[in-house]
Amino acid sequence: MAEFTLRLRRYLPESGEAAYWQDYTVELEPHRSVLEGILQVRAEQDGTVGIRCSCRAAICGSCGVRINDRAALACHTHLSAAAAGAKDGVIKVEPMGNMPVIKDLITDFEAVHWKKVRRVTPWLLPDGPPPEREYIVAHEAMVDVTQPMACIQCGACVSDCLSMEVDPEFIGPAALAKAYRFVGDPRDGQHFERLQDLAEDPHGIYDCTHCFNCIEACPKGVAPMSQIMRLRRLATADFQIDDRNNGKRHEQAFTELIEKYGTLFEAELLPRSYGGKFHPRALPELLRSLPAILKAVMRGKVTAMKALHHPKLPDQKRVREIFETVEGREQRYDLNLYISGYDDDADDDVPADAKAGDAKAEASA
Amino acid sequence: MSIKVAYWPGCVSRGFTPELHGSMAAIAPLLDIELVELDRAACSGAGVIQEHNQELADSLNARTFALAQQVDSATCMMNICSTCQGAQSESQERLDANSDYRDHVNETISREHGLRYRKGLDNKNFLWLLVEEIGLDELRSRVKRPLAGLKVGPFYGCYIVRPADRLGIDEERPRDRYLHQVIEALGGSVIDYAGVYKCCGFPIITMNREVSLQQAGRHLGDAIDADADCLVVPCPLCHLNLDLQQPLAERVIGRDLGMPVLHLPQLVGLALGLEPKELGMSRHVVRPTSVIDWSTAVVGASAP
Repeated sequence: MAEFTLRLRRYLPESGEAAYWQDYTVELEPHRSVLEGILQVRAEQDGTVGIRCSCRAAICGSCGVRINDRAALACHTHLSAAAAGAKDGVIKVEPMGNMPVIKDLITDFEAVHWKKVRRVTPWLLPDGPPPEREYIVAHEAMVDVTQPMACIQCGACVSDCLSMEVDPEFIGPAALAKAYRFVGDPRDGQHFERLQDLAEDPHGIYDCTHCFNCIEACPKGVAPMSQIMRLRRLATADFQIDDRNNGKRHEQAFTELIEKYGTLFEAELLPRSYGGKFHPRALPELLRSLPAILKAVMRGKVTAMKALHHPKLPDQKRVREIFETVEGREQRYDLNLYISGYDDDADDDVPADAKAGDAKAEASA
Repeated sequence: MSIKVAYWPGCVSRGFTPELHGSMAAIAPLLDIELVELDRAACSGAGVIQEHNQELADSLNARTFALAQQVDSATCMMNICSTCQGAQSESQERLDANSDYRDHVNETISREHGLRYRKGLDNKNFLWLLVEEIGLDELRSRVKRPLAGLKVGPFYGCYIVRPADRLGIDEERPRDRYLHQVIEALGGSVIDYAGVYKCCGFPIITMNREVSLQQAGRHLGDAIDADADCLVVPCPLCHLNLDLQQPLAERVIGRDLGMPVLHLPQLVGLALGLEPKELGMSRHVVRPTSVIDWSTAVVGASAP
C-alpha cells in the first residue's frame, strides 16, 4: 500500500460559487487506477465528489478527465504513474477541457461532443436500393477504417484540441475521425458530398492546426489528426474539391513549388495559396497580409531579390524524378502502421550497437 | 572535441527567417560543431506534402536521410526546425518500421547513383544535440555572459514534443524539458506560462487566419501576463506566427503585445558572448528591446 494525494477540482455551477481545489489522501496499491482513488474518496471521505464512470476497464469511455493537465481515462491511469508525472507528487484531476462542466469532474458531452458527432452524419448513406441480403464487402476494404472504429467516444481528444480552444465551432478531432469512418467505408454512397461539406465548412477539416494533441490524448490509438489528414488527401487529390478555405490551393501550391525548386519558395507560396496573384480572392487576402510583408521588407528579412527569385537545388532533376515516379503510380501507397504493425526484429543493415548515424558505424568498423 | 553533423537547415531558415540560419552559423564554432550542410536535400514536406501524398514525402525524406548517411564520420543528422524534425521523424518511423516499405522507397531513390537509406538514422534538432551530445555542463562552462535576470518563456510548439513515442521522449531523455534546462544552463530564469506546449497556429494561416492568429496572440499575451522578457522557439515557423505576424495578431485579439521572440541559437549566442546584432536580432519584426537593454546593462555592469 502507498499513500497518494489527489487534488480534485470542485465546482457546482448552480451554487454560484467559484471552482476550487480540494486535496484528499488515499491509501491504495500503486497499480490501482486514479478512478479507484476517486471512488475511494467518494465512498469513505466525501460523498459529494462528482465523477462519471461505468466499466472501469477502458472500454466504455465514461471517465475521461484531465490528469496533471492532460486528458486521460481515470480508469486507465495508474496512481503510481500519475504521481510520478505530477508536480510535487500531488495528482491533479480536473474536468476535461473545451466542454462545460456539469459538476466537479463531469462534463457536458451533449453540449459539445455529441452535437459535433451528429454534425458529420454518423450513419451509412448507401446508394440505390439495399441488396436483398447483407452488403458484401471485401475484407481489405474495411481494414482501412478499423482505426477510427476503435474510438470509444471518451472525448479526450476534444478536451485537448488546441484549435477548438480558440474556435469552439471547429468540428473537432472525434467527429472528424468519425467522418472518415464513413468516407472510408465502401458501402457509403456519399463520399464526395461528405468531403465537400467538410472541406467547405470554415470550421471543418482545414481548421486543424496539426498540433498532434489529439493523437497524444487518445487512449485507443485512433490518431484523429491522421484521419483528418486522410480526409484532406481524399478531398484534394482524389475528389479535387476546390474549397473556399484555400485548403486545396495551399496544398497544391506547396507541392508544386517543391517539385519545381526542391525547397520552399515562400514569397510565391502565399499568393499561390490564394489561387495565384491574379485570383479575385488573392488581392484582399494579400492586402491584409501587407503590413506583415512591409515590416519584413523593412527589417531585411525579405529582399526584392528573394521575393522574385528562388534558386533550384543543384540536382533538382533528381527530386523531380521522385515526384514523377511516386505521383505516376496508379494507386497511392499509404502505409498505416496501426494496421501493418512494426517489424519485430532489429533486422538488417545497421549493427544493433550503432544507434547514431550510419557513417559513425562505418567509421568504427 | 568537435562534433560533426550532417546539417539540414530547412527552407524557412534560409527564407523568411534568415537570422536563424545566420545565428546557427555564428555559434557553431563557439560550440565546436562542424556543420556539413546537406545542400542537395529537399523540403521535408512540413506535413503538407504528407497530406498530399504520404509516400512522396517519405521518399523525399528517405533521400535526405541517405544523403546524411553519406557524410563521413558524422555524429548524427541535425536540423534547426521542429517542423522538419516532426515531418522527418514521421517518415522515419514508417521507413524503420517496415522493411518492405523501406525497400519500396529505396527503389525510387536509388535511381540517383544507387542512393539508399539504411534503417536507424539519428536525426536531432539542435536543442536535442545541445543537451545530448554537447551536454549541459559543457554548455554551462562555455557561457561568457550568463543570462542573469533575463526571464525567458520556452515555446516548444508541437512537432518537437508530440507524439512523445515517435520523438523518443521518455524518462531517460526528457526532451520536453530540454528548453527549460538550456535556459537555466545559460543562466536565465524560466517563465512558466499557459502556452509552453501549445500550437502557434501557423499551419492554418492561409486557411483560417482568425483562428491561427488568435492562437499566436493568446500565447504571447499569456507570456506577457507571466512577466516574460522574451520567448525562445526551436522552430522558424513558430517564429513566423509569433514574430512576423505579431502586429496582425494584436489586431485579431485586440491587445498590444510587443513580445520579443528569439530563435534558440540566438539565445545560446547571447550567453556565449555574441551581440544581438551579430545574431540577426535587428531582423525581427518585434524589436527585442528588452533583450538588447538587458545585454547592454550586463556589459555596462561588467565594465571596469
